[in-house]
Amino acid sequence: MNPVKVSNVTVAYDRKPVLQEITFDMPEGKLIGVVGPNGAGKSTLIKAILGLIPTASGTVDIYGKPYKSQRKLVGYVPQRGSVDWDFPTNALDVVLMGRYGHIGWFRRPGKKDTAIALQALDKVGMKEYASRQISQLSGGQQQRVFLARALAQDATVYFMDEPFVGVDAATEKAIISLLNELKAQGKTVLVVHHDLQTVKEYFDWTLLLNKRKIALGPTEEVFTIDNLQKTYGGRLSFLDTQLDPSHVVQS
Amino acid sequence: MWNELLLTLQDANTQWVLFGSILLGVASGVLGSFALLRKQSLIGDAMAHAALPGICLAFLLYGTKSIGWFLVGAALSGLLATYFIQAIINHSRIKEDTAIGLVLSVFFGFGIVLLTKIAQSKNGNQSGLDDFIFGQAASLVGSDVKVISSVAIVLLIITFLLFKELKLFTFDRQFAKGIGLPTGFINALLMTLIVSAVVIGLQAVGVILMAAMLITPAIAARYWTDRLDRMVIVAGTIGALSGILGTILSSMASNLPTGPVIVLAATVIFIISLVFAPNRGLVSKGLKLYRLRKRVARETVLQTMYDLAEEASISNQSMLFTRDQLLTRRRMATRMLDKNLHRLSREGLLNQTDGKWGLTAPGAKAAYEVTFNNRLFEIYTMYEMRFAYLQLAANDAWEYYEIPSHTLNELMELMAVHEHTPQLDPAHFAKGEKYYIANLESNDSNKRKREVKSS
Amino acid sequence: MSYGAWIMLTGSLVGVTCGIVGCFLILRKMAMLADAISHTVLLGIVLAYLVSHSLEGIYMLVGAGIIGLLTAFLVQVLHTSGVQSDAAIGVVFTSLFAFGVILLSAFAGKVHLDVNHALMGEITFIPWNTLTIGGMNLGPSAVWMLGSVLLINLILIFLFYKEIKISSFDPAMASAIGIPVMFIHYLLMSMVSITTVASFDSVGAILVVAMLIVPGATAYLLTDKLIVMLVISAAIGVIAAIGGYYAALIWNISISGSMASIAGLIFAVTFILSPKHGLMAKLIARRSIVAEQS
Repeated sequence: MNPVKVSNVTVAYDRKPVLQEITFDMPEGKLIGVVGPNGAGKSTLIKAILGLIPTASGTVDIYGKPYKSQRKLVGYVPQRGSVDWDFPTNALDVVLMGRYGHIGWFRRPGKKDTAIALQALDKVGMKEYASRQISQLSGGQQQRVFLARALAQDATVYFMDEPFVGVDAATEKAIISLLNELKAQGKTVLVVHHDLQTVKEYFDWTLLLNKRKIALGPTEEVFTIDNLQKTYGGRLSFLDTQLDPSHVVQS
Repeated sequence: MWNELLLTLQDANTQWVLFGSILLGVASGVLGSFALLRKQSLIGDAMAHAALPGICLAFLLYGTKSIGWFLVGAALSGLLATYFIQAIINHSRIKEDTAIGLVLSVFFGFGIVLLTKIAQSKNGNQSGLDDFIFGQAASLVGSDVKVISSVAIVLLIITFLLFKELKLFTFDRQFAKGIGLPTGFINALLMTLIVSAVVIGLQAVGVILMAAMLITPAIAARYWTDRLDRMVIVAGTIGALSGILGTILSSMASNLPTGPVIVLAATVIFIISLVFAPNRGLVSKGLKLYRLRKRVARETVLQTMYDLAEEASISNQSMLFTRDQLLTRRRMATRMLDKNLHRLSREGLLNQTDGKWGLTAPGAKAAYEVTFNNRLFEIYTMYEMRFAYLQLAANDAWEYYEIPSHTLNELMELMAVHEHTPQLDPAHFAKGEKYYIANLESNDSNKRKREVKSS
Repeated sequence: MSYGAWIMLTGSLVGVTCGIVGCFLILRKMAMLADAISHTVLLGIVLAYLVSHSLEGIYMLVGAGIIGLLTAFLVQVLHTSGVQSDAAIGVVFTSLFAFGVILLSAFAGKVHLDVNHALMGEITFIPWNTLTIGGMNLGPSAVWMLGSVLLINLILIFLFYKEIKISSFDPAMASAIGIPVMFIHYLLMSMVSITTVASFDSVGAILVVAMLIVPGATAYLLTDKLIVMLVISAAIGVIAAIGGYYAALIWNISISGSMASIAGLIFAVTFILSPKHGLMAKLIARRSIVAEQS
């Protein structure tokens, strides 16, 4: 069964479409990169799948059932800038929040949850920062804490919103190895990505998105100049300067 | 009743109060507009609360009640409070709302301390300082009103003279700095103007409700216009109107405090603006939305019919569709679907046979037009940045025939690239012929010629 | 207990109750909404009296709770219909407050509530207004009321601690994992309302705001742990209350006013001297960076 089945999802403000009739099946066990220009609706797609914004039409199924009954199967990494990092709490505490969905009302995270959280921090190379206050972490470290939190959710499908934005080389490496580990465990990961240079290197599959689905498939098949032009419009000069031809699949 | 009103208005004291309230309303409405647009409405609230210790200190230092010295004391402590708020935001992790609340409440607390100190002193009882908390417009006397009026007039003159600079500063501080305006000075000036407006209002409406005089007329004015110069005038007028209404109403009934009545009058004007203002008011917005929804619903049904026909023609299937097929293609409320199906069949655009719906010849044309228009709009939104120069931003008024022809061609090319071009030519489709590809070569938007390729 | 001890107990209860709730308001950037609620609660009290003809605590709590939630709701409504949030707060609270003042003046003869009292509180009268059940004198009723509200708040915070925490830190994540973020918002607003009304009698509307915001803001500069922030905030609330009482005794001034002033003083000192987030610490850190570079 497909981990995620998006059928005919439309998001619109009155008449203006933000996402238009998006239909796709996510293949299991793949790393899927989502690329498209600014305002293409990449983050909106994740938010629509997670039910954070209302959709005008369409359905989303996670392993054949609506999201509401499958929350525990889904992990989410929001954009780093979406929260106030001055919040008085430490890294371990933030990662423990990933366990809240499993714990249920009125109960506290237990020893088992703490162990899971510490393990997650270890996986992103942040174990020694467990008790560090989040305001004292660098941008890359904060991003890794967010990833660890998603790991602690112990999900089978992950949605990550721009995890590579503004991170240092070490963090980038850590994220990559983490993504590969998740893939090795048979998990499915959808990553909103902005850097066309690295798409071919990082992702098995690519979803090209600009309000509509332009293409979805194995990166070597869909990440073509042709599709990129369709996605980014005729801004060829932009693509030329941004993109070394060797990064694109030659058709 | 009118006699009573006339009688009230003949009273010299009421005339003074009325005059004071009007000028106060104008000044605070005008300056409140700037505060509102700078998203600093609550700073006015903080200034008003913070004025209390300043007034008390002025009394303690000067010894008797003197409106002039009160103004100086209140203005100084109000400015000090805004300085503290800025300092707390700039030099610590504390955010704006907390900083405002903190400074406001501590200053006020200190003011209360000073007030109790004054109450114990020999001449404390006749100080009338309590009036500043709730305001006592009815107790204004001629000399107070003279001070209030002259300050209000000075504020208005300064605003009038420096309107251009204040406008630019409010609109785009960075740009104002870029073209060499002394933004630091203008900021300080604007703060001083707002503080002065607050201070002259204190005696009439009191520290707690003074915020309303700055915020409510300004936000109400926002509904009537998009231009700052008009907004300032409208806000001033609303402020004056609230002053008049409040003063008259409260003077006609016993036991009605003037300040709160002025504030409620402003609130009523605000609610009227919120609901009934043309364009931005809720009624007007709701009507627009209702019309838009109605239109979108009708278009959705037509476009869905077209989409289905397009798909069916490729696989050579029947061009008649059930309600369920329509619902599967595009989710919509069943009630809305039924309503529109029947309306469209009344208009002669749809036919019903054996519970299945099909497009008539005029229906095919209408469906094509709607589909073409909407798909073109989708393409436009994908490349909005590229077509930004067109300023087609009014999303509910997108019509393809209003677009310049070379842009239309460009959009149509992009539409073809995305295989989004409507494939069924309505002229042929209505005759029972099936699969035609629309041609993109022609230029005239209204009479697109189509080369027919048979399937 | 002596007269002074009762006053200090009441003040401390106000400090603890407000201090704890206030932390969440600061973290959720809702301090001004709390300010608004503390004003509009006056309308709740007046309406509760006009309906029930009684000044019993329970009616006051219900009336204040309803108006408090109404305030939060109206601000939300105005905001969603396009009014910027600071103006929405300003319009709502001044209107409801003005309405409260007008009702109060119109029924002045009937209501034994005086506006000055409601605004500034009168903690000095607290010890005389005692709760008697079955002929037994159980001490000042304000202490009982504050105690119950504190207990209710503590229970709610204990029960919903992790939900409040995650929906304050990361609302998107919270609703993604199924936490009812709006419910938590209105739960907190109810806590603010009942806290305000319980503290009203002793410190008055404006100074409730001081006790809600100042201790929390001070604690926010002293620690990076939420639970510690709650404890420090409560402690500062108590210190401000007791310090304020003694200061008021010495200089013979308003107790509630001096509580707010002492709280402000504590904040000022912390703002300058806090080891982690203070002005001095920042200056020193900046100096050492400059020194390292040169």
